[in-house]
Parts: sequence; C-alpha cells; structure tokens
Amino acid sequence: MLAPEQNWWKPMDRLEKTWLTVALVWCIFLTIMMPLWYFQGKQNVPTETYRTTPQQYAVTVNEFVAKYQIGEESINGIPFPVVAPPAGSDVYIRASAWQWYPILQLEKGKEYRLHLSSMDYNHGFSLQPVNINLQVLPGYDYVATITPTSSGDFTIVCNEYCYLGHHTMVGKIIVK
Amino acid sequence: MATLAPTFPWVKGAKDDYRTCPVLTLKVDMHAERLIIANAVMAVLTLTIGGIAALLIALTRWQTFHLLDATWFYRLLTLHGIDMLIAWMVFFEIAGLHFGSTVLLNARHAAPKLAWLGFILMTIGGLTANVVVLFDPRNTVAYTAYMPLKASPVFYLSYILFAVGALIAVATFFINIVVAKREKRFEGSMPLVAFGFMTAAILATYTLLQGAAAIVPAFLWSMGVISSFDPGIYRNFFWGFGHPAQQVNLAAMISIWYSLAQITVGIRPVNEKFSRLAFVLYLFFINLGAAHHLLGDPGLSFAWKAVNTSYAMYLAVLGSMMHAFSIPAAMEVALRAKGYRKGLFGWLRNAPWKEPGFSALVISIVIFGWVGGVTGVVIGTEQINMLVHNTMRLPGHFHATVVSGTTTAFMGLTYYLIPLIFRKELKLKKWAVWQPYVFGGGMLLLSLGMITSGLQGVSRRNWDITFAGVVPGTVELTLAIFGIGAILAVIGGIMFVTVVFVSVLTGPRTEANRLLLVSGDGNPVLESTKLTDHMMEDKQNQPRGAFVLVFAFLVWFAVYYFTNWWLLGRTWFIR
Repeated sequence: MLAPEQNWWKPMDRLEKTWLTVALVWCIFLTIMMPLWYFQGKQNVPTETYRTTPQQYAVTVNEFVAKYQIGEESINGIPFPVVAPPAGSDVYIRASAWQWYPILQLEKGKEYRLHLSSMDYNHGFSLQPVNINLQVLPGYDYVATITPTSSGDFTIVCNEYCYLGHHTMVGKIIVK
Repeated sequence: MATLAPTFPWVKGAKDDYRTCPVLTLKVDMHAERLIIANAVMAVLTLTIGGIAALLIALTRWQTFHLLDATWFYRLLTLHGIDMLIAWMVFFEIAGLHFGSTVLLNARHAAPKLAWLGFILMTIGGLTANVVVLFDPRNTVAYTAYMPLKASPVFYLSYILFAVGALIAVATFFINIVVAKREKRFEGSMPLVAFGFMTAAILATYTLLQGAAAIVPAFLWSMGVISSFDPGIYRNFFWGFGHPAQQVNLAAMISIWYSLAQITVGIRPVNEKFSRLAFVLYLFFINLGAAHHLLGDPGLSFAWKAVNTSYAMYLAVLGSMMHAFSIPAAMEVALRAKGYRKGLFGWLRNAPWKEPGFSALVISIVIFGWVGGVTGVVIGTEQINMLVHNTMRLPGHFHATVVSGTTTAFMGLTYYLIPLIFRKELKLKKWAVWQPYVFGGGMLLLSLGMITSGLQGVSRRNWDITFAGVVPGTVELTLAIFGIGAILAVIGGIMFVTVVFVSVLTGPRTEANRLLLVSGDGNPVLESTKLTDHMMEDKQNQPRGAFVLVFAFLVWFAVYYFTNWWLLGRTWFIR
C-alpha cells in the first residue's frame, strides 16, 4: 500500500510462473472454443441482419399472415392469428409493446428462417422452455435460421424492459 | 495527547495545510481529507437509498410477497440501478482516488477547488436523477434507458452532470500525481495500490467519454433537437460506458484488496512486477468488454463478437487470474512468516477472521472469483450467451461481482477510514465483526437464487414472471432463496450503515493509534510486523496453500464452463 521497494522488477518464482502458464493456456483454450463451436456446433448466434423500418416490416408481416393463416387463438384474451408456413420458408414475428405477433405453427425437425423485428422499443425474444434469448431492435430485421428439435407449445417471453406492460408481453410458437 | 485540529475550516482552530497520520506516518492534506469524507458520506447515503429500493424490489420478485405494483417496481428498479451501480460506486471510487493520489503519495491535493466542483456536480446530478425517477413517470426507463424509450430531458441531464463531475474529479487525480512527482513527494515508482487506482482512473476517463457518446445524443433527442438515433449504436455506446464502468470498479476493488491485505495481515506483494502486469492487462484489454452486452444483438458478425467478448484472448481474464493468485499468496506468505506454518492451510485457520477488513477481503475475493468471475466468463462466451441473455442469470452474475465483490470490499475498507480519515473511534465493533458475514452470506444466496432461476428461464427486469405461465414450479423455490438472501443482505447493509453513522456521528474524536480494529489485542503478531526480504524468500513461507486453492478454482471454472456447453447443445438448432 505504501512505497514499493526501489527495485521491484524481479523475476517471478516457480509458483507464479507455473500459474501464469496454466492460466494463459486456459485462456487460449477458451478462445479456441468459440470458433470451434462456430464451425462444429449446431447452436450459434444468428448474424444475418437487414435494415428495415417498422412500417415496411409491418407490411411484410401482414402479407405473411394473410398467406399462411390457418386459425385463431387467444393469448390473455386477445385473439392472434395462427400461421402455419411451409418448411424451409421465411417466417416472421413482429414485436411491439406488448405483443409477439402472430402465433407460429412449425414442424419438428424442419428448418425455418425466422425474422424478428420491433415496431417500437427494444424487446427480448426469450423462447421458453428451450431458453433461447435474442435481442430485438426496431429498424433491424434479424434472421435466425432455426430447427425445432422438440415439439409442443412454446412461449415467447419478452425479456428486455419495454415500459410498464413489459411482463404482459407473451407470445407462442406451436411445434407439431 | 495533543488536541486534534478540526477537519472542516468553518470550525474554529482548523488547520488549512496538513496533519501527520501517526499510524501510517504519512502526511494527510486537509483538503484531501475533507474531499474523501464528503465523497464517502455521499456514497453511503446513496447506498442507503439504493438499499431501500433493493429490499422492495426483491420482495416483489419473491413471488410469495409480490409487494409492489408494476409501476413502482419498474420505478424503483430504475432507481436501484442508478444509486447502486453509478452513485455509490463512483462516489466511493472518487474518495479512493483522492486518497490514492495524496495520502498514499505523501502529497498535497493540488486542485481542491476543481475537486469540489466535481463533487458538487456529481451530487446535483445524483440527487436530480433520484428525484426525477421518483416523481416523473416518464423516467421509468431502467438505468440503461435504451432508446427509443424516451425519458425527460432532465433525466439525461442528470446523467451528464454526474459524469462531468466525475470526469473533473478524475482529472484532479492525474493533476495530483503529476504535481506530487514534480515536487518529489515520493521516490521511485508509485505504490502498488496507487498504481491500481491509476488503472481505475484511466479506465474511468474513457468510460465516461463513451457514456457521453450515448447519453448526449439521447438528451438531444429527448429535447427534439435530433429526430432519431440508431438503437443499436446507442446500445454499443451505452455499454462502452456501462461495462468499462464495472472494470473501474474492478480495478478499484483489487487495489482495495491489496490495501486490506496489507492492513489486516501486513502483506508485501510477492512480486510487484506480477501484480502490476496484471493491472496493465486490464488497461489494454478490458475495454473490449462492451461486447458482452451485445452478443445477442442483430447486425454484428461472429468475429466482432468473439474477439471483443473475449478481451482479445481472455487477456483481461488472465489479469484477474493473476491477482487471484498473487493476493492470497501474499497473505499466505505474510501469515506463514508470522509463524502459522502448519500444513497447507494452517495460515488460513489462524487468520484474523474477526477482523472485519480481513473477513470482508476473503468474502469479496471468494464470491467475486468463484461465482462472479466464473459466471461472467461463461456468460460472455459468444454462443453460450444465447442461453443467458437477459435472464436472471445475468443479475445473478453481476450481483456476485459488483455487490459481493466490490461493495463488500468497499465496506471493509470503510471501517478503517473511520479511525484514519474521519478520526473517530469505531463504535459497535461486534456489529462490524459480523457484518461482512451477514452481508456476504446474504449476497451469496441472492446470487445463487438468481442464477438458478435464470437457468429455468426466468427473465430479469420482470414484475411478474408467473404471468407467462411457463416457468416450472421449482422457480418458487429458487426465487425464495433469492428473497431470503436479499433480506439477509439488507440486514448486513443496515448493520454497515448503522456502524458507520453511529461511529461518525457519536464516536469520540481521536487520533488513530493502530491499524487493526478488533484483533490487534488478541493477536499481537498480526500487528504490522515488517516482512523482511529473508522472510519473503524463505522456502518454508512459500504460498503452497494458495497455489492449491487456485487450482481448485480452475477445476470449478472448467466444470461450470463445460456444463454450459452441454446445456447449449441440448437446445434447438439455430444459426
């Protein structure tokens, strides 16, 4: 805490050198794990993104819903269209305070290009219980290429604070 | 005993130059002393407000009580973030900077007027933020205030005032160092602790400038001067402030770890080069950490995220792992040199566990490293972040770092500031002995409750998670663990604030005559006996126990790390 020795530039001793080497090797290993998983792993953070505007995105979502709607279901008393797009296609979810629109019906084991964008604030796409969490921003069309590996009803929770109704923002994905 | 000159100039008989601290035999500039006291008092005050908010929001998230309504929950959550993560931390750090750049260097405060200006701006900014969050419903935007959530202009202005004040105060740190060097107040290198504070000050400078890059556009936008600002860029700039701000806390905390270790067991750094190198690694690499908050964001490439989130090559993590060895090792060498040589851990068994600075130090190191550090690296792994982003695992991590780690260390040091700087006798010593254990134990439970809740998908910043109807029943249990931890920690917080205020307001004014507060009488060998070179190099005093401990740490680190990859591998395919 007080004045150091005058000459503090001294060689490290054996224990320090050993720990430094082991810690450095561990750090290098941690670094390598990420690209390794990027090329070998099945779960990677999506990077595909396009510029959009809330108006433009809303139009795309409406066209998408009109084309593939198969029914209606309500969440918290509000009716939402249930949309069953073909496997391999582009599917859309629109986030706004405080809805995830529409309800998607997907097939297990099939790949979809899931588009996410917001009409207003930041929102958090949190798919439960599979626990996949992504940030959704206005003006960004974020494309996640997903393959559901389990079936059932999945809930989308909003996990980015978006004003006072934040906790009521709940959506749904059905996997058959 | 000579009569004590009062601290403040408006009291009759005050000296305007300096006094000599009888314990450290260093000059204490009275300007610096007043600045340290003012900043420390504001720190404890904001901690108190933030702590009240903490209790209320914790009792709301604990589903059994669900105390507040949604509006008040989000409002107090905003307040809690501002008071704890900004005001309490920064006020205390500024007190530390004034201490590090004057007392430790045996030097004078070269720019007290400027420093007071900084303090006043910070105080106005901090109080304004509190008032507008509490009384203007527009400002319930959480402390991050992500655009396009729009707060009132005064909200952003309060941030700006606080930041400008802090920048000015940090500037006086550099002025002091330069003046002290020129006036030859100290010889050779700066002491290690001052070196650590210097790291914190350099980090703080660009942290605050990056904060301006986010908050100034938001301020202009709220006034209608500019029509829009990219929400992704705002997040990048905001975290250019928000994340490095935690690294300022880190550097300050580690400096305080070295101080507490010196105060309580009389360490000498085992190798100054090793410790200083670790600080330099922070300086170069830790600023990349803003990316930790953007790993789930659109518009950024894998390469950008991976390079930045890993601090180039986990080199800042390397710095922390170096301190994680060097501090316990120094403690072990010191205790062994004082005769506690039995076995691998005899030094630990005989350590001064009743000394609040020592227990606070150990609790801070252990929870910071084993819980905060490990979870932080795992969360910051590019792909694993997908499992964690904005779930309760996140606050679980940073409550282990910034609260169990930094706040506990700051509290521990505060006990020693009372006799040394406030020149008051410490009152309620028994409370002070127990306080770190109650607070640290509570915070540990709180963090574990948050982490296990987050693992089950519970999101952070959410008034009622059961609303979504998806969380499993076990969440009730983990949220109860979180809630019990919060109550314990708040009790620990109340104990701390009580000891500080009772001592400062009612304790007799007295010059300190020893460093240790509690264990000095029963443990005379602990009183700073000077470690000789011979003792430092004696084979019998080698830090073998600390060496074993860091390897145990590494094993736990690896287990937690691979478990998370395994969890990730079980989820849906996504790219």
